[in-house]
Amino acid sequence: MEAKLVLEDGTVFVGQSFGAEQGAGGEVVFNTSMTGYQEILTDASYKGEIVTMTYPLIGNYGINEEDIESYQPHVEGFVVKEFCAQPSNWRSLDKLDNYLKENDIPGICGIDTRALTKKLRSSGVMKGIITTEQASKEELVAQAKAAPGLSDRDLVSKVTTDEVYQLDGADYRVVLVDYGAKENIIRSLKEEGCEVVVVPADASAEEILAHQPQGVMLSNGPGDPENIPYAVETVKELLGEVPIFGICLGHQVLAQALGATTYKLKFGHRGANHPVQDLETGRVYITAQNHGFAIEAESLDQAEVEITHRNLNDDTIEGIRHRDLAAFSVQYHPEASPGPEDSHYLFAEFIEMMENN
Amino acid sequence: MPKRKDIESVMVIGSGPIIIGQAAEFDYAGTQACRALQEEGMEVILINSNPATIMTDQNIADRVYIEPLKPEVVAEIIKQEQPDGLLPTLGGQTGLNIASELAEQGLLEELGIELLGTDLETIQKAEDRDKFINMLNEIGEPVLESKIAASIEEAQEIASNIGYPVIVRPAYTLGGTGGGVADSPEELKEVASRGLKHSLIDQVLIEKSIAGWKEVEYEVMRDGDNNCITVCNMENFDPVGIHTGDSIVVAPSQTLADKEYQLLRTSSLKIIRELGIEGGCNVQFALHPESFQYYIIEVNPRVSRSSALASKATGYPIAKVATKIAIGKSLAEIENAVTKKTYACFEPALDYVVFKIPRWPFDKFHYADRELGTQMKATGEVMAIDRLFEASLLKAVRSLEIGMYSLRLPGSEEWSKEEIKEYLVSADDERIFVVAEALRRGWSVAEIHQITMIDEFFLWKLKNIIDHEQKLEEVEELTAEYLQTVKELGFSDRDIAALRGVTEDEIRELRAELEVEPVYKMVDTCAAEFEAETPYYYSAYERENESLPTEKKKALVIGSGPIRIGQGIEFDYCSVHSAWTLREEGYESIIVNNNPETVSTDFDTSDRLYFEPLTKEDVLNIIDLEEPEGVVVQFGGQTAVNLAEPLAEAGVEILGTEVEAIDIAEDRDKFMQLLDRLDIPAPQGDTVFSYEEAQKVAAELGYPVLVRPSYVLGGRAMEVVYKEEELLEYMENAVKVSTEHPILIDKYIIGQEVEVDAISDGEDVLIPGVMEHIERAGVHSGDSIAVYPARTLSEDEKEQVIEYTLKLGRALDVKGLLNIQYVVYEGQVYVIEVNPRSSRTIPYLSKVTGVPMVKLATQAMLGKKLADLGYESGLWPEPDYTAIKAPVFSFSKLGKVDTSLGPEMKSTGEVLGIDYDYSKALYKALVASGIDIPEDGNILATIADKDKDEVIPIVKRFADLGFNILATQGTAQALAEAGIEAQPVNKISEGSPHVLDLIRDDEIDVVVNTLTKGKEPERDGFQIRRNAVEHGLPCLTSLDTTEAILHVLEEIKKADNGRFEYLALQDYRG
Repeated sequence: MEAKLVLEDGTVFVGQSFGAEQGAGGEVVFNTSMTGYQEILTDASYKGEIVTMTYPLIGNYGINEEDIESYQPHVEGFVVKEFCAQPSNWRSLDKLDNYLKENDIPGICGIDTRALTKKLRSSGVMKGIITTEQASKEELVAQAKAAPGLSDRDLVSKVTTDEVYQLDGADYRVVLVDYGAKENIIRSLKEEGCEVVVVPADASAEEILAHQPQGVMLSNGPGDPENIPYAVETVKELLGEVPIFGICLGHQVLAQALGATTYKLKFGHRGANHPVQDLETGRVYITAQNHGFAIEAESLDQAEVEITHRNLNDDTIEGIRHRDLAAFSVQYHPEASPGPEDSHYLFAEFIEMMENN
Repeated sequence: MPKRKDIESVMVIGSGPIIIGQAAEFDYAGTQACRALQEEGMEVILINSNPATIMTDQNIADRVYIEPLKPEVVAEIIKQEQPDGLLPTLGGQTGLNIASELAEQGLLEELGIELLGTDLETIQKAEDRDKFINMLNEIGEPVLESKIAASIEEAQEIASNIGYPVIVRPAYTLGGTGGGVADSPEELKEVASRGLKHSLIDQVLIEKSIAGWKEVEYEVMRDGDNNCITVCNMENFDPVGIHTGDSIVVAPSQTLADKEYQLLRTSSLKIIRELGIEGGCNVQFALHPESFQYYIIEVNPRVSRSSALASKATGYPIAKVATKIAIGKSLAEIENAVTKKTYACFEPALDYVVFKIPRWPFDKFHYADRELGTQMKATGEVMAIDRLFEASLLKAVRSLEIGMYSLRLPGSEEWSKEEIKEYLVSADDERIFVVAEALRRGWSVAEIHQITMIDEFFLWKLKNIIDHEQKLEEVEELTAEYLQTVKELGFSDRDIAALRGVTEDEIRELRAELEVEPVYKMVDTCAAEFEAETPYYYSAYERENESLPTEKKKALVIGSGPIRIGQGIEFDYCSVHSAWTLREEGYESIIVNNNPETVSTDFDTSDRLYFEPLTKEDVLNIIDLEEPEGVVVQFGGQTAVNLAEPLAEAGVEILGTEVEAIDIAEDRDKFMQLLDRLDIPAPQGDTVFSYEEAQKVAAELGYPVLVRPSYVLGGRAMEVVYKEEELLEYMENAVKVSTEHPILIDKYIIGQEVEVDAISDGEDVLIPGVMEHIERAGVHSGDSIAVYPARTLSEDEKEQVIEYTLKLGRALDVKGLLNIQYVVYEGQVYVIEVNPRSSRTIPYLSKVTGVPMVKLATQAMLGKKLADLGYESGLWPEPDYTAIKAPVFSFSKLGKVDTSLGPEMKSTGEVLGIDYDYSKALYKALVASGIDIPEDGNILATIADKDKDEVIPIVKRFADLGFNILATQGTAQALAEAGIEAQPVNKISEGSPHVLDLIRDDEIDVVVNTLTKGKEPERDGFQIRRNAVEHGLPCLTSLDTTEAILHVLEEIKKADNGRFEYLALQDYRG
């Protein structure tokens, strides 16, 4: 069936529908990872976003049981050049098309995803819809404009855990504040021997400290950090009480708690090839990234907070560390999945921080 | 880490001649390296024996030595030049082996020269299997259980322990020479014996066969700050078991989930860090298709064929970046040449699919063993880019120039089920077409997967193509929508036409009418995430066109496609120079080509690069978009010449020499008429269309005669026949080769062959040089040793050559290049062949004469006059040095190919020997070509009766030099009658110990064998030649070559003549 991707600036791409045959609206973004679509689909940070894969062949190795980053896929819609009808991989249990159908996620294929990417790169990310409706262009563009954006709504509350739950471990007890945490953060902590207590995003500092953690991990998550002031308040209270490690949205929350502000990037960083430089050693790490917001450098009180990492391409802030208190964070994903495993050592640094505390 | 200040001069070792396993990719890498060094202000000293390369151009390095790539020669030059550093990793295995040998000798340390990028310890860790395995074990990376064997017995013992089948790999070789799979102790004896012979350190590795696993490669880079990145990963279409160089390869990997992708990526980075490479490295993996289990197969601590492919597939210039790292820069400091906004420290993201298909020489070697295994057989490769898998594959197929525009191999519909099964099991160069035929007949994907172990993903994609083949035949009307669909999947107009029963032009017209036209996308390293300015494009049937033509004056240069026998790197050299000249002349230069190994497909060689198949459709599409003033077809070998006519018919302006001139030169009758009119003699002959006619013409001319089909490339199917039965045999084969074109029969004149390259503007004809061949006419010019300046021609003969060349250039109104082959017999010069285009000898002649031939030819094409450029008609002054081009063969890689020289070209590459002394130049050329000339030892002579009188004085001279002569009975007897003592040796039929035993037991140092003609069984001669080649012995099949070697031996044996001087081109030419 014919489907359309309509952008709020009036651009229309005509392709075919796959996945669930229904409409979707959200912010249209692109991801340049060549592998890892299943992890991307299930990463809660994509809540509110229609994700375009720049690699044209998606679904080649099917869908398996293990490569999931949360209990369900979260993208609003999925845009590909071609989805694979006949996947092949020893772990594959399902096809991408079926998986999206089962999870009520609409997809559009057969469009010039490179042209779309260039559009988003030059005009910036924008709102859009995937639709199979046969309506006039004006009407569809109006719908695209009316689609929900990332700001002015609390997307975190839609993906965070409702209940506190606990995963056993021998060494350190870490409370993971779940803004939409990727499973691999939990797996990585567990691999380091941590006991992990997962709490909802709106858990208070008191509630968190009641678990007597040796460290607090602020997870990744969707949307604009300005829309979750409660999380920022909580972190302010935790600072100095317990070692903190933030990833992605957690990094932005930590920065806000330290008085900094964030801003929206033109088209974000989403992919598995972003070079990040450790300013102390000069070393560059290839990182997995997925964020549309970044820390405003000028807003950061550098007497108190040190910028530890920057993006080699556009110089945006990729990592910070409090000069006195045990708190650090990175904008990228040391847990990878998908993406390079180069920065996994940060989990060990977190352990070390807890140890020294 | 900034550029090192303590390094001011760097020596780069090239890879030498093109051979199977080491092709144009090292010209590309070496050229990039030299330019990167120059960019950093370094003095560059280059040594490479291959004159057909861009890298040996005088302006690519400050000092260019075209000298034999032998450790002792390189050592001499190093002592002379005293560079600060030596870059060992850009010249393939040849460069690496020489560098490590010099380092091991302690010479580098003694002279205070540093190995840049990769030190000796690193090279040894990667190259010596024992050390390699130890290293991997230490860092916990899995490597196959395998053992080193130094003898056949040892190999058999190991194999019986780990179980058959086993893979045998020689340590330290090129392109896997001498390796193979053995299923039994008997087979192992043969494979191991060959492997031991080919190993530089007399070792073979025996390991368990993991045939059927996925084969995946990673290209990784590391700098001195320990930053590591992967440039690209690639997955082989063919599972483990077929040499990577012979595998169809897809980039990026298609069937790996992120877990598998990262598993192998992490392993690659661990390995490059442990090795401590500062530069590029290639890691090959075998991945179990049903688990996360993997093994590291091989690591190349240098740039490689795969890195050239990865560079072209991603736009990331690996060789350039590796060079900058080697002189101290960090990845984070090196600019991304594509985006100019980001740095080299990132990992390219692809938004397209890349296919590589090897180009095999089996179209020329009909009797070669086509089965693919661990020994590489391809001479070159093609690459294709498209947004969809199917389209990329189909583009690659039609880029091969093997007459395939689809997956339907002619004749495949006649195969029986059993034949299909057999062809699926034993993989050869046509297996992909066999798979396609099986699918066409309804074999299931699962069934084919079980037989071939090719991943089902790939098979389903092939099935999609086959399904559309059928649909194309069935649908009533080609709608715009469906046409768009099949074009998006890469179907060529020609194939659609064939399936619809219409003409290609009709499909083209329909497409224009329905507005189904291609767009062009950019290769930008970053999947459009960043703005890029790279003018590097590929076609796709999609929405947005990114290649926006400029308003400038422009010309399009048609490249020469994959490297193959008869069409090598020299045509790429010409294409590159033509593009450069166009730019200098104020034109925008556009190159179309599909060979990932070359300099021409580097995106900064031309103003715009289109990476596309070289077919009428694909080229016309680009012309429609770009609207160039004209198209240059003179430099891209036969590939471009073949396109001249269809393009001209489509109304495209062909620059320079008119298409008509090409036709006159190639049409026998028109050509003879022209010669007649110009009063230029040629060997008598005629064009025939049937055997009866041939018989009649041959009888009239008198045997021997030279027969060939018209329109040939590299002397394909050309033969000298001595009697009528041979003619009949030939006609049966040749007519099968080419039904469209008639057969040419000429009187075979056994004379001195002379070759001329000239530049003409239609009025003036400049002859940069006259070359003469050492081998008499009858040996293909590409396989002959050529001497410049010609030394045996009389003044009168030379005058005739000049006069005829001038006449022909003017009569054909050549604007550009002209190549003429002559034969001189009893004081008379005859024209054999005229090619109004660039030839194989252009780079060589340009370098040794200093005449910028391609530049002048391009200027002439654009309408400039030689007189205005400061040149005049006639022969360019000859120098006081001699420059000799010698052919190089890859026979050891191609089982069952007869090594005897004849009119059909067999060499894969060439080298140059240059010296003020003729004998020394010849010696250098022979040594550089890989002929191991012994100064004494045993010569085996097996000579055909017709040659016996001629051979006697030659053998006598060998005896006088102290060689022992061994000969088969007939030859021994003839020698004895002439008073030469020869030890008789048994023929094969006479029982052991026979001639082959002697070769295998290392009792022979040189073989001289001439071809027996006629009905007699050739088995003995053939086996002697094959065995000699496989045991690395010089095997001389031409008495002229033999005499040349003899001459050299006599000369260098003379007192105080054994010392050689090595000078840079700059010294010779001033």
